[in-house]
Amino acid sequence: MNGLQASGSPYAPHTGETLEAMLDAVEADTVEALFDVPEAVRYDGEYGIDARTERETRRLVRSILERNDDLTELLGRGHYGYYVPSVVDHLADRSEFLTSYTQYQPESSQGFLQALFEYQSLLVELTGLEVANCSMYDAASALGEAATLAKRVRTASGHRVFVPELLSEGRRSTLENYVAGTDLTVETYACADGTVDLEALERTLDEETVMVYAENPTIRGTIEERLRKIGAVAADADALFVLGTDPIALSLLQKPADIGADVVVGDASVLGLPASYGMGLGLFATRESYLRQVPGRLVGASEDATGRRAFTLTLQTREQHIRRERATSNICTNQAWVALRTAIHAAALGPDGMIELAKRSVTRAESLAERVDALVGAKAPVHDRRHFREFVAHVDQPAKAIADDLERDGFAVHVVGEHELQICVAGVRDVELEAFVDALEGVL
Amino acid sequence: MGDDSAGEPLGRADPSGRSRYDQARYVRNGVYEPLLVEKDRTCVEIDDSPLPEDLTRDDLELPDPSEPELVRHYTRLSQMIYGIDSGPYPLGSCTMKYNPKFTEDVAALPSALVHPARSADSIQGTLEVLARLQDLLGRIGGMDAVTLQPPAGAAGEFVGIRVAAAYHEHNGEGDRSEVMIPESAHGTNFATAALGGYDVVSLPNDEDGRVDLEALEAALSEDTAALMLTNPNTLGLFERDIERIAEMVHDAGGLLYYDGANLNALLGRARPGDMGFDVMHYNVHKTFATPHGGGGPGAGPVGVVSELAPFLPEPRVREADGGYELFSPEHSIGHVHGYQGNWLVLVKAFAYIARLGDGGLADSSAKAVLNANYLASQIEYDVPYGPFHHEFVASAGEQDAADVAKRMLDYGVHPPTTKWPEIVSEALMTEPTEIESKETLDQLAAAFNAVAEDGDEVLEAAPERTTARRIDQTSAARNPRLSWHALEDE
Ligand SMILES: Cc1ncc(COP(=O)(O)O)c(C=O)c1O
Repeated sequence: MNGLQASGSPYAPHTGETLEAMLDAVEADTVEALFDVPEAVRYDGEYGIDARTERETRRLVRSILERNDDLTELLGRGHYGYYVPSVVDHLADRSEFLTSYTQYQPESSQGFLQALFEYQSLLVELTGLEVANCSMYDAASALGEAATLAKRVRTASGHRVFVPELLSEGRRSTLENYVAGTDLTVETYACADGTVDLEALERTLDEETVMVYAENPTIRGTIEERLRKIGAVAADADALFVLGTDPIALSLLQKPADIGADVVVGDASVLGLPASYGMGLGLFATRESYLRQVPGRLVGASEDATGRRAFTLTLQTREQHIRRERATSNICTNQAWVALRTAIHAAALGPDGMIELAKRSVTRAESLAERVDALVGAKAPVHDRRHFREFVAHVDQPAKAIADDLERDGFAVHVVGEHELQICVAGVRDVELEAFVDALEGVL
Repeated sequence: MGDDSAGEPLGRADPSGRSRYDQARYVRNGVYEPLLVEKDRTCVEIDDSPLPEDLTRDDLELPDPSEPELVRHYTRLSQMIYGIDSGPYPLGSCTMKYNPKFTEDVAALPSALVHPARSADSIQGTLEVLARLQDLLGRIGGMDAVTLQPPAGAAGEFVGIRVAAAYHEHNGEGDRSEVMIPESAHGTNFATAALGGYDVVSLPNDEDGRVDLEALEAALSEDTAALMLTNPNTLGLFERDIERIAEMVHDAGGLLYYDGANLNALLGRARPGDMGFDVMHYNVHKTFATPHGGGGPGAGPVGVVSELAPFLPEPRVREADGGYELFSPEHSIGHVHGYQGNWLVLVKAFAYIARLGDGGLADSSAKAVLNANYLASQIEYDVPYGPFHHEFVASAGEQDAADVAKRMLDYGVHPPTTKWPEIVSEALMTEPTEIESKETLDQLAAAFNAVAEDGDEVLEAAPERTTARRIDQTSAARNPRLSWHALEDE
């Protein structure tokens, strides 16, 4: 044998004849002879992984995943399962999109660069800020990157980063990891009735504050009504105001630039991805004045040798492959293909469709809350606020028991307190909401 | 070689000036395919809002194409992209191997599309895929515990660095302040160490292109937190002294980190765990064939030896009572992602590994290494370092490597990675992967060799056959126009 396995890779096209010719050309008797691995660290064992046919592999994965219960998910808190039109899958799955690498040769990747430019433009329109990068990993890492940016652009000293006490564990903890290598410290400010406690925030901030983070809508689905004031309080403390939100919310809610946001982060894959077990798309937009400090890749317009408009990755001296330990971020591989999906989904909806989706996120949450409130043993919403796609409901019985009962009936909801459930309408059809109300009534 | 065309670069112009390769190009009004917004847009005012006016925006102005228009737009854009499915893509360090189509179908299964807040009981299937993938990766890397949370290689490095920090802290050695990285390493290594708050100590290579042991010895101290290594390194060379290196780093109290970008060279041949590495990341979008998607998403799972397992990110998945559950490791560093990373990528990686099995994985490395060696033997450019494995770094010599790359595009192939690692002047870092046939490698070699003979004028004028001609990078950076709004403001 020449060292090549009988049960080889199904994706390597070599034939016995070409293999011999190639070995001859490199003057090796066997392929093994090409490995310069010292005996002592050679691996002679077996992983013990059986090869399968494609069909068997598909069956295997399908049969494992079938152990997932088929539940109607009324789940949100930062990850949403909106309906994604077929056109998104079919276009994004075109293999040039799927199988190309980062556009380091822009002349032969104009199509992807333009798609990313259109994605950046979408975010610029939604946020009102001048600069959006072409993706971070997810909302949590985008928040972490915002904090390190705040540190870099701040002229005075300071180390305090403030986040709301109502914040997802994943975001808060990721932020803590991103700042662990700096002198920044993450602290919380109080919330009142599901939104920012403005007076408490004002008292808390000082000249050591470099960043204030708030979300709209909040993790409990409430709409923040005093964003402008929060922005002003942050500006007074000379701190960066970072707003967490998403493209659907931004289709209706206040434009971040209008309320004084310096950076906008969040999960842009609310458009483009269905529920994907938490996989997302980190949205990152900021003011032009911070352009040189932006993390991640940026696509810009330029001209080619014929004078035609052409797109290219630009300002790469911010990035790790050029600037190494002085880069603005360590990100390399990002979420480009998800950004493509988001851009396609937004274009498929058009502005009317996006606004409509946002309005329905308000009205459907409101009407579901009313119907839950009408049930004996439940009160909703808990917070006396306006809501976007989700709300917290009080239940007289232990929430965990109710959620378990609902799960048995085919519905998943969040348990967020001993007597609190959180319920989200995103992506849930009207008939399913009907069935949910009936089921909830049955288990209360 | 029976076929006359073997050995001809795909797109080489014949004497009459005709070419066999031209990338698609839709020219209209001085642009290649207008932006959607230039074709059709609407400004919609917000009215009939369920919210009071002061809580809403005024309007939203966006493209508003019909579905057929939308489909044509993105179809045209896709045609103006070169992907692995278009032809050879020997981009060094990136492992651009074929992405099996069936893995897309697996990731699109409705049962795969669940919310991360579901109860563990109701998503046993998802957790089982994760647990099984952890186990497979552990076996492949020789590691005791694996987390799947990091969404890319650089994020995996970050986990490694944070785990190292937590480990040293736990042992009362939190003042270790330096991370060592060979000069020839990837930029993310340096950037990650810096993000983690470490001082970067850059190590020179010895004249063989490997870690210089004397320089390492001199640099190691009680300040050393870790050494980050790629093996084979970015020149494709196996660090033969790896056992000695591991011993030296461990003696100094540091940890040894393995950058898994080049694991495609070693499947079935060697495991980082056996070489003395304490922590590693896997680039599943390289070694395990998940699509690069124009830059991402990928996934960068991290494996560790048992001593470091208590520090891994939370939550992790494990088997329990015949099922699977999530748990938090005792001294977890917390999260590095809002949830469990890029699930849709992970499920594709699981399917790929399950399809190939031991034999297919080992064969992938064998053929990846054979292909690199064969291709190198067929090109005229000098390859100064060896013996290399799945990739080699040639030197463009007197030519500018970036120009060489542009000219290669004209021959209908994707060029290698250029100008890195800097240890080779005008570097052409080339990694054909196992998926190319001898015939395709011959075409690639012909493209290299044709360009090697091209003069400066031709090189500087390239590319000619791609959608766009040479793009002006300087003006893009000097006058940044990053959205359609910026274009209109002009
Ligand atoms: C050697 C090496 N290390 C690390 C990385 C970073 O991996 P990722 O792009 O997945 O973050 C790369 C990616 O190109 C690489 O080539």
